[in-house]
Amino acid sequence: MTDIALHIENLSFAYGATKALDRVGFNVRCGECTILLGPNGAGKSTLFSLITRLYDAREGRIELCGFDIKRQSLKALANLGVVFQQTTLDPDLSVTQNLRYHAALHGMGRKAADLRIREELERLHMFERRGEKVRQLNGGHKRRVEIARALLHNPRLLLLDEPTVGLDVPSRQAIVEHVHDLVKQQNLAVLWATHLIDEIAGQDSLIVLHKGQVKAEGKLADVLQATGCSDAGQVFQKFTQGGGQP
Amino acid sequence: MRVLHYWRAMAGIVGRELLRFLHQRERFVSALVRPLVWLFVFAAGFRAALGIAISPPYETYILYEVYITPGLLGMILLFNGMQSSLSMVYDREMGSMRMLMVCPLPRWFLLCSKLIAGTAVGVLQCYAFLGIAWLYDIQAPLPGYAWILPALVLGGMMLGALGLLLSSFIKQLENFAGVMNFVIFPLFFMSTALYPLWKIKESSVILYTLAQYNPFSQAVELIRFALYEQFNQQALIFTGAAFLAFMGAAIVGYNPSKGMMVKKGGGG
Repeated sequence: MTDIALHIENLSFAYGATKALDRVGFNVRCGECTILLGPNGAGKSTLFSLITRLYDAREGRIELCGFDIKRQSLKALANLGVVFQQTTLDPDLSVTQNLRYHAALHGMGRKAADLRIREELERLHMFERRGEKVRQLNGGHKRRVEIARALLHNPRLLLLDEPTVGLDVPSRQAIVEHVHDLVKQQNLAVLWATHLIDEIAGQDSLIVLHKGQVKAEGKLADVLQATGCSDAGQVFQKFTQGGGQP
Repeated sequence: MRVLHYWRAMAGIVGRELLRFLHQRERFVSALVRPLVWLFVFAAGFRAALGIAISPPYETYILYEVYITPGLLGMILLFNGMQSSLSMVYDREMGSMRMLMVCPLPRWFLLCSKLIAGTAVGVLQCYAFLGIAWLYDIQAPLPGYAWILPALVLGGMMLGALGLLLSSFIKQLENFAGVMNFVIFPLFFMSTALYPLWKIKESSVILYTLAQYNPFSQAVELIRFALYEQFNQQALIFTGAAFLAFMGAAIVGYNPSKGMMVKKGGGG
């Protein structure tokens, strides 16, 4: 089985005459956390919409665990867990009811689902709050539940679209640490879209996206060496100057 | 195994919609208040002005309240279908629609499941309304209450499919006011929900033709006949055809490569 969880090749996309992505290509490997860094409007959300098949790309190719997203979309999507930028939990349902709903969408039976819900919630220290309505949780806890939900069906690739936006520092740190632990312990592939430099760890891979194009790609250390920058912040500035806020 | 997956997913989607419905009691009450106001106030007020002659499926003279009851059932289904459409637009804005679309099931199946879930809620509302109408002495033959179940389901599916189709065009929640003015009101008022076709023909032939081919009229007639243990073949064919047309268009609308979603653009 290939260790490439996500393969993107020559991907372009436009909204009418406005080009959002221009010949984008990169790989995300299992056991690696890949940070997709880009200012607002860089094309991150469009890229995520294409990977999750909200839209179909007319040019280029996306493979998830070896399955073409257009031709074998169901097999491809079965390997994918997603945390979107906006909270997508139902506030009127309890934590467990939300997670059971997701498990049902992935074809899991009640017994297997409850077992996995327990495992994931315990790992995130949220099991005691399983009966509470999502409306009663704070932003950080909602995010934890969303991460638990994204992992319920044991995906090989986890997509995180700016999951820490609006959270306080301790909540952000907890999520960053948890995701990096998952990568190590479960050989999970993670693609993490962000514009927050401090979420990047030393061992991460980095992709800098700006105006729909990949400006830099590789292990953080390799990118720093190739660009002559001292940290990820400088890399970001170098490639996105005048193109948005970090 | 695949069948089991489909079954579990559909049960999950319908179960979630019913849970949401149970948790939102005000939604249930407000869904009932609208037709009840029409029944208790409008129909009572117009009883004398709008006499109804004997016409199928009725075998005797009837009160106006009796005549508009199937129309009000149609109204419940119509508003429920549009409410589902509203909830789809809201879900898409809030992202939970994306969550649904990302799961490994065909999009047509997910849309059909959403439709079934919305229809189940609408049918429950209809029976609650019929219960209250019964207490108000508007009583159909008992078997009629079983006969209308498939008619309510088909009518609800057709109007829900129309809602789905609209939701694929509407980008923002604010645009929903347009749906009220350009879809709900014309569908409802240019139909047989409030007046029989022959009465509409007396005042305007154009309106008569529009009402005759209005799919909402056909759904109302299907329900009206079923409530009196009769089968209206023309209404069934029209309602079924409208359902297939709306559903087909909605599936195209939500298609990731062909639909309206592509033209609307994304965030960053």
